Amino acid sequence: MKHLLSAADLSREEAVQVLDVAEQMAGTQQREIKKLPALRGRTVVNLFFEDSTRTRISFEAAAKRLSADVITFSAKGSSVSKGESLKDTALTLEAMGADAVVVRHPASGAPHRLARAGWTRSAVLNAGDGTHEHPTQALLDAYTLRRHLVGGGGPAAGADLAGLRVGIVGDVLHSRVARSDVLLLHTLGAEVTLVAPPTLLPVGVETWPCRVSYDLDGALEGLDAVMALRVQLERMDAAFFPSAREYSRRYGLDARRLALLPDHAVLLHPGPMNRGLEITAEAADGTRSRIVEQVSNGVAVRMAALYLLLAGEDA
Amino acid sequence: MASLRPVLEAPEISRALTRIAHEVLERNHGPQGLVLLGIPRRGVHLARRLAERLAAVEPGVDAAAIAGSLDVTMYRDDLRRQPARTLLPTALPPGGVDDRIVVLVDDVLFSGRTVRAALDALNDLGRPRAVRLAVLVDRGHRELPIRADHVGKNLPTAASERVRVLLEETDGRDAVLIEGAPESGEGRA
Repeated sequence: MKHLLSAADLSREEAVQVLDVAEQMAGTQQREIKKLPALRGRTVVNLFFEDSTRTRISFEAAAKRLSADVITFSAKGSSVSKGESLKDTALTLEAMGADAVVVRHPASGAPHRLARAGWTRSAVLNAGDGTHEHPTQALLDAYTLRRHLVGGGGPAAGADLAGLRVGIVGDVLHSRVARSDVLLLHTLGAEVTLVAPPTLLPVGVETWPCRVSYDLDGALEGLDAVMALRVQLERMDAAFFPSAREYSRRYGLDARRLALLPDHAVLLHPGPMNRGLEITAEAADGTRSRIVEQVSNGVAVRMAALYLLLAGEDA
Repeated sequence: MASLRPVLEAPEISRALTRIAHEVLERNHGPQGLVLLGIPRRGVHLARRLAERLAAVEPGVDAAAIAGSLDVTMYRDDLRRQPARTLLPTALPPGGVDDRIVVLVDDVLFSGRTVRAALDALNDLGRPRAVRLAVLVDRGHRELPIRADHVGKNLPTAASERVRVLLEETDGRDAVLIEGAPESGEGRA
């Protein structure tokens, strides 16, 4: 594995390996000395063409904990705002000797272009491209689900997610997380159901390896986990639903709906949350919620991805 | 095809471990402060067996509370020369390693590079009062100034040969074999 561009790049074995390594990485983060020497002397560039808090900080922490040198580059305040192209930016990074580029870009496919165009020899990690994919988010979701639903709150080395039923609710159309999650969770053996209004489902969703439903209350029964997606108002160029109130009545997760789930079921959200729209504050802060833990798991999973891509030969 | 020559069988391995357990106790004047850390994979099982032997001789010693494992993968000096390897568990006994006598346990001592990595890994986990090294087989050919305190068997080998340790827990039986690979043989450290 040279790049991590899509959740579909990972076989079941590779995905399980990332989760297993992430378990060990998480273990090291309980220590007094959290730093590990695995990427000493490597340079990781965080290339962010789009706003991000969680993902950028998480990748930065992960790379630093592994002793890599980290250069963070955000489009604001760089020559990108003067009109520099992705290619020229890539050539600049190549000239600086980056071993890995973590890229977030508003255009779907930008990381793929960066990895395949021959502009750079660095490993490329997709940290979210347009409405396409966000593979490390899917990995951290899988990690969180494995810990709680397979490992009973602890490690579950070697295990996949076979037989787990996961619902993903909300703005699938604009969500890169949903696509990566469907692909990865399917690879790991889980059954995924997407729940959204027809206007917020992408063309071609029937070819995805999952089920689709328009009815949230009907879909909730028997799920082991439910994930709310953020309604991405900033990407909406048309009226996709009549009103926020109607949306949250039909597709918002609240305490009443969570009570329909089995006792062991957990609630995820990739963040940032629109409290009161796709999720109520009561649900987000309730006992089923693993939303805060998802963030800390993100660091361990990204450490694992960086380690597996960069620590070995040919990196 | 390389020949496989057995050099230690199960009873000899068992006797060697019993002797090492006694040596460790003697050297330490008792079991106080001892922590046995095995280096994955096989060192972990050896550390557990040693701990069980200590517990058998010294009442009041709980084998599970003094044995642990120490993964050195991220500290290896050849990390970049091979594909990235899966990490294995590092599990310290409840009291950690601070101010303890840590006995590192591995199956084969060869170049000494694994032990160097283990010392670095240990350094990030705390400050033991002393660190000692116990190995089942010392096959020579050191590349670093490292020696073992407790050795099951000194095994003179050619650098081209490979030493393979088989353990009940991982391989279904206990044995130490020498594999005579002409020239290209790169044994593990």
